[in-house]
This record gives sequence, structure tokens and C-alpha cells, in this order.
Amino acid sequence: MFALGNYSKRPTPKRLATAVAVLALVSATAASAQRDPAYAAARAAGEVGERMDGYLGAVGAAAPDVRKIISDINIKRKQVYFEQAEENHVTPDQYAFTAGCTAIDRTVPGEKYQAPDGSWATRTSAPPRKHPQCP
Amino acid sequence: MIHPELTRRAGAVTPELMQGCEKQMRRMGRPFIGAAVLMGSVMALTACVSVSAPDKPIVIELNINIKHELIVELAQDAKKTIDEHGDIF
Repeated sequence: MFALGNYSKRPTPKRLATAVAVLALVSATAASAQRDPAYAAARAAGEVGERMDGYLGAVGAAAPDVRKIISDINIKRKQVYFEQAEENHVTPDQYAFTAGCTAIDRTVPGEKYQAPDGSWATRTSAPPRKHPQCP
Repeated sequence: MIHPELTRRAGAVTPELMQGCEKQMRRMGRPFIGAAVLMGSVMALTACVSVSAPDKPIVIELNINIKHELIVELAQDAKKTIDEHGDIF
């Protein structure tokens, strides 16, 4: 009881240090949830595109390092899709397709995405051409 | 030749109405029965076709609705998932 009452007093230097440490930890977690610079560069260069099925694809003859980035991310995406599909009681393909609709929606001008006819399209400021089954 | 014997025996418990019907049927004879069977089968056939025709489109429409609703519902969850995994999207 006494300790609890003590804790709600004004911030001491020690408590401030703890708060700063917690903030640093949170920002470090947020930083890890951002794209790897190499992946971001490949996207911006149009070497990597968002496929209709929710996975990444190589646009044209991509370099081996770009292909490695694509397959690494696709493996991680697949894991996420499988987990989420089980939670939502749908097939992984259904979940991946739905995520693909959003991923294509979120491409920025200059990035590549797969159009409903299967070809690679470059995103402009206009809305992307999406599969008719997308919401 | 066993038939009439059976009919007569059953007649003891059958109401008069049924007996009258039996008499009428005998009067009508075979050609009429043949025609009735033919008409019956034709009617059955038409009934079959008219029932299945409106049935199919309804089922297909329902399937599309369920699928679309499912995707709309999933889209919310998918957006959340993409936000949470910003490094791989």
C-alpha cells in the first residue's frame, strides 16, 4: 500500500530514465516493422511487383539478389497468410488473394503491380486496375 | 383368375364408393388406362422440368453473395495484418 502511494508521486530521474528506455524499445520494434532498404529500393525501381495472389513477383529478368529478397519475403508472407487463414476459417489462398487486393491498392506511383490480365502494370496516381473479385 | 376372387373378398370391408369406382374402371377398359398412364408420365415430366428450372439460378446467386461477403469481411482483417507486418509488405 505504502509503496503504491509512493509510486504515483512526481517523476524522479530514475523513473524518467526507465520511460526513455521503454520509448527506445518501442521505437526499435517499430523500426523493424519497416521495409528493408534493399527491398524498398527494388520496389521503387520496379524490379519487384505485387502479384494478384498476394505474393511478390520479379518483374522481367531480376538480378539474383532481388530474387532472393522476393523469395525471402514470400516465405514470410506465406507463414502470415496461413496463420491468419486458420484464424479466419478460410483457405490460405483466399486470405492471400484478399491481402493482395490491399497490397495492390497501397502501391505508390512508379511501383509495379499485376493487372487482372496477368501483365505487369506501373502504378500511376490513378487507382490500380484490380481483379473483379477484389472488394 | 385369382384377381376377381381377391377383389370379392376385399369387397366385404371396402366402402361402397370404392366398389363403384372399381366398376367404373372396368367399364373404361384398357385403352383409357394406357392414355392415363401416358398423360401421367407427361405431366410428371413437365412438373420435373418446371421445378428444376427456377431452382438453379437461385443457388448460384447465393454462392456469389456468400463469396463476396466473405472477401469484404476478410479485407478488414487483411488490412490489419498488412499494417502489422510492414516489413514484408
